[in-house]
Amino acid sequence: MSAPSRVVVVGASAAGLSVAETLRRRGFDGQVTLIGEEDHPPYDRPPLSKQILSGEWPEERVWLRDEATLAGLNLDLRLGVAALSVDPADRVVVLADGSRVTYDELVIATGVRARRLPGTDGLAGVHTLRTLSDARALRETLAAWPRLVVVGAGFLGTEAAAVARAMGAEVTLVSDLEAPLSDVLGAELGELLVRVHAEHGVKIISGVVVREVLASGGRAAGVRLADGRVVEADAVLVSIGSLPNVDWLAGSGIDTGDGVHCDEYCQAGPGVWAAGDVASWIHPAAGGRMRVEHRTNAGEQGMAVARNILSAGHPAPFAPVPYVWSDQYDRKIQIYGSPRGCDRFAVTDGSLAERRLVALYGRDDLVRATVGINMVRSVRAARALVATPTPWDSIEQGVTA
Amino acid sequence: MHIAVEEEKCVGAGQCVLAAMEIFDQRDEDGVVVLLDAEPPEEQHAAARDAAAVCPAAAIAVRE
Repeated sequence: MSAPSRVVVVGASAAGLSVAETLRRRGFDGQVTLIGEEDHPPYDRPPLSKQILSGEWPEERVWLRDEATLAGLNLDLRLGVAALSVDPADRVVVLADGSRVTYDELVIATGVRARRLPGTDGLAGVHTLRTLSDARALRETLAAWPRLVVVGAGFLGTEAAAVARAMGAEVTLVSDLEAPLSDVLGAELGELLVRVHAEHGVKIISGVVVREVLASGGRAAGVRLADGRVVEADAVLVSIGSLPNVDWLAGSGIDTGDGVHCDEYCQAGPGVWAAGDVASWIHPAAGGRMRVEHRTNAGEQGMAVARNILSAGHPAPFAPVPYVWSDQYDRKIQIYGSPRGCDRFAVTDGSLAERRLVALYGRDDLVRATVGINMVRSVRAARALVATPTPWDSIEQGVTA
Repeated sequence: MHIAVEEEKCVGAGQCVLAAMEIFDQRDEDGVVVLLDAEPPEEQHAAARDAAAVCPAAAIAVRE
């Protein structure tokens, strides 16, 4: 297999940058084109619902690399232009400005976009939170101490709710789950976090979906729930998950569904790879398809794809322990592995009462995940139980709850 | 090789410790990075570069 001379990366966020940077770090001196739909240079998204939303950080803190470092990568950087289509037979990407970019290897790193509620496009006072402009708009709204309804109580919605409370907004959190966050953290820790939010004055409505956003005078005025209840509000944040950006690949022959379908090497076909939120790949240890929307995965998967591109036909499977963190009030929640679908739970350090703990999650007699709340080193040590197959029974000794 | 960390930027993800345990640690209360060795020996240089590359906050600078 001959070495590639032109790599085109579509998507200039964490995953795309990681591909470009790793190629250079490993000595690739061919052309690297990095294409980004947004006007901004590569920036970091986790702070958008945290320090950027609150205004604690100046905006320039989100740039992933400074100008000199980016320039040093010697990239063909095309910002503010979307990729419209790809022809894998001719190995060419067509951009919105009409230009055509040919490649030897293509990396799809187009990420995800926020899901919206139907009928809310363009309605003033309805927010999503995915981009820097989204964060700016919501921050300006929050500065006026609004009544805010947050629709969807995943990590994004709950982080934003915490920031909004701290900024003085009156916050109602609406979740379609009876036990918000129980899907990603299990019943015990989900309940713990919901209690933390309630103590901070967030009103929580659970087990009901939002039927529609109410408007008055061209602005959002609240939401109507499926049971008929109305929650009045000045602003609505819709945080109900995201959709992979694969529409531009329609008709290309590249296999897509919930993301770009890849094999265990993150390859989607000859000369086509995917990394980051948009990549659905077969995790060798998990034994099935996985798509991970976490910041650290974007970086690690970008590195893995770059290494595989340069592997001269000897790619390595991508088998990470997924990691995600969330900051809510003064709690830092860290998750290694995937608690989703687990049926065993044990606190192995700290305690629920202290709200400072390490918990393990198990399924099929193996440890599958660990979650830490304000116990950074202890949860990092527990990660080893997730990284190598560990029988659940072997950890029962020393369990405190 | 010289390593510098920016505590202000650190988000406490701990990726650096996983990449290079001899060089980095974390404060237990908030996870902020602790630099154990600003001038690591040669055999740890590759790990140090990996740590800088995986840091989600770009809080590690490696000068060679």
